Amino acid sequence: MTLESMTRKYEARQIKLGPDGKRVATSAMIASLAAEGYNTVDAPFGHALVDLANTDDRIVGLSADLSKYTDLHVFAKAMPDRFYQMGMAEQVLISAAAGLAREGFIPFATTYAVFASRRAYDFIAMAVAEENLPVKIICALPGLTTGYGPSHQATEDLAIFRGLPNMTIIDPCDADDIIGMVPQIAAHDGPVYSRLLRGKVPSVLTRHKPDYRFELGKAQLIRDGKDALIISSGFMTMRSLDAAVKLESDGIDVAVLHVPTIKPLDTKTILAEVGKGGRLVITAENHTEVGGLGEAVARTLLINGVTPQFRMIALPDKFLEAGALPTLHDMYGISVNRVVERIKGWL
Amino acid sequence: MSEIERALRATNMSLELRAWNIRRKALLMGEVQGQGYIGQALGVADVLAASYFHALKYRAEDPEWEGRDRFYLSIGHYAIALYSVLMEAGILPEDELETYGMDDSRMPMSGMASYTPGMEITGGSLGHGLGIAVGAAMGLKRKNNPAFVYNLMSDGELGEGSTWEAVMSAVQYKLDNLICIVDFNDQQADGKTTAALAQVPEQEKWAAFGWHAQRVDGNDMDAVVAAFDVARNLPSAKPRVIIFDTKMCKGVDFLEIREITHFVRVEADEWSKALAVLEKGKPS
Repeated sequence: MTLESMTRKYEARQIKLGPDGKRVATSAMIASLAAEGYNTVDAPFGHALVDLANTDDRIVGLSADLSKYTDLHVFAKAMPDRFYQMGMAEQVLISAAAGLAREGFIPFATTYAVFASRRAYDFIAMAVAEENLPVKIICALPGLTTGYGPSHQATEDLAIFRGLPNMTIIDPCDADDIIGMVPQIAAHDGPVYSRLLRGKVPSVLTRHKPDYRFELGKAQLIRDGKDALIISSGFMTMRSLDAAVKLESDGIDVAVLHVPTIKPLDTKTILAEVGKGGRLVITAENHTEVGGLGEAVARTLLINGVTPQFRMIALPDKFLEAGALPTLHDMYGISVNRVVERIKGWL
Repeated sequence: MSEIERALRATNMSLELRAWNIRRKALLMGEVQGQGYIGQALGVADVLAASYFHALKYRAEDPEWEGRDRFYLSIGHYAIALYSVLMEAGILPEDELETYGMDDSRMPMSGMASYTPGMEITGGSLGHGLGIAVGAAMGLKRKNNPAFVYNLMSDGELGEGSTWEAVMSAVQYKLDNLICIVDFNDQQADGKTTAALAQVPEQEKWAAFGWHAQRVDGNDMDAVVAAFDVARNLPSAKPRVIIFDTKMCKGVDFLEIREITHFVRVEADEWSKALAVLEKGKPS
């Protein structure tokens, strides 16, 4: 505990009132990620998995008491005999998935990203990854997508799993990515860790690029621009696209390269885009600045002798605060307005 | 299986000879490296002999046969013991014995699935085997495959929380095709297992969780065989555990009485002495 946090802990607070004298509602229950104007898809992961399971008997689902919160309840309801409720036990969630994979099944195991990366890591490393078993670990609440504080905010999950050999890592942006990735990661003969957006998930990428289709291992340019290139993953691609639209009205032309597969990284496409030159290069990720997309891209550029002007948008190397998501996204610089403001400051 | 082999496998005397052979191979491998988890191998040899020559279904010439009973070695450092029985069973060629623990060997010091025929899982990070066995038992049921999954674990692994997650899960899914074998030699790295975490009453704990639990002398072949027979033929939907009390270094008297036996220190000149002691006790 620091002196600063101790002081804060004992400071009495007052209810905040707006100019109209009414209470300002900034509850931690406000957890929507979607910007205005996008259509949403209900539980895209759950429905995509049911569709796939209808054509592939090897698909089974497991959850550690979080099926409703990872959209796996859709699968559990449609195919109760292929769903295993493992209870609040993440270690056996993963090792049982490994056992099922040994017997020829393709298990999709779901929990929260904090629990998979922190609690079940040894089991993911040794029971799954070391033997390259086709277990698909699908985790809700990635990065800063909840206001519950560090117990639920998986801000370092990508850093943890990037160090693990054999692991394929996905950070999807939206419902289009999630629906596209489910059959592709099932077809991949090896372990996969994917972050998940759950509930009503916006459809963003096809709005900006109608022919967009998720391709495992591929980065794709969603929009082009001559002043700056944002290389982004997860919902930060959504933020980046919205920021690019706003910047366009200020005469700033921003390209967005979406990198949903964090590992293996599509270094070829990244180098080709950065290699065009003349643009500020910015990475944007919903993850700590340590060990995520930004550092992976920086490494790729440096060892290939490419040295553009380079900036990172990422969460700080800190345990983050609790609160309402919009407040927190502003505070940590990953809201659309803060992205716009920061890019203007850098150009 | 030949008639002779079937006959040999059907008698307890042959199991004792198998156990003796397993002990001898383990000592020979220990001598190659001048070290090894020889205490555990000598202690668990009777249980492994009964497993591979009485209880398990397998085809030595086809270790991946779909109809085989799965045998998981959760305790990676017991590899020396499993290599011995895999050689005795004809799954591993005996002429590779002296490669144990050497570069490019198929028999590394800690057991790994990707190195060794007959080694089903990568053990060694303790408390993993039973959870994987739970998933495999679920998978076999999904396929209507009547094979059993055996998980051999150590008493020390009873201290891992993940073991108890798997224990509860096996009951939840009524895994009557799962047989857990606990080698209770009361030794872990820092000393007595029972002095580290409360391990008693062990049999009652498993039973309270809903398992069919037996506790027998793991160096008494008749008792070991009887326990396997009960576990295999139980007309109940419960998972089964057999806790075998075993003696570290069993069969080599001067090692049995050494105080620290988790990783037995054997001097260079003692291997031949140990083999000579074992030779004297060879079953007729």
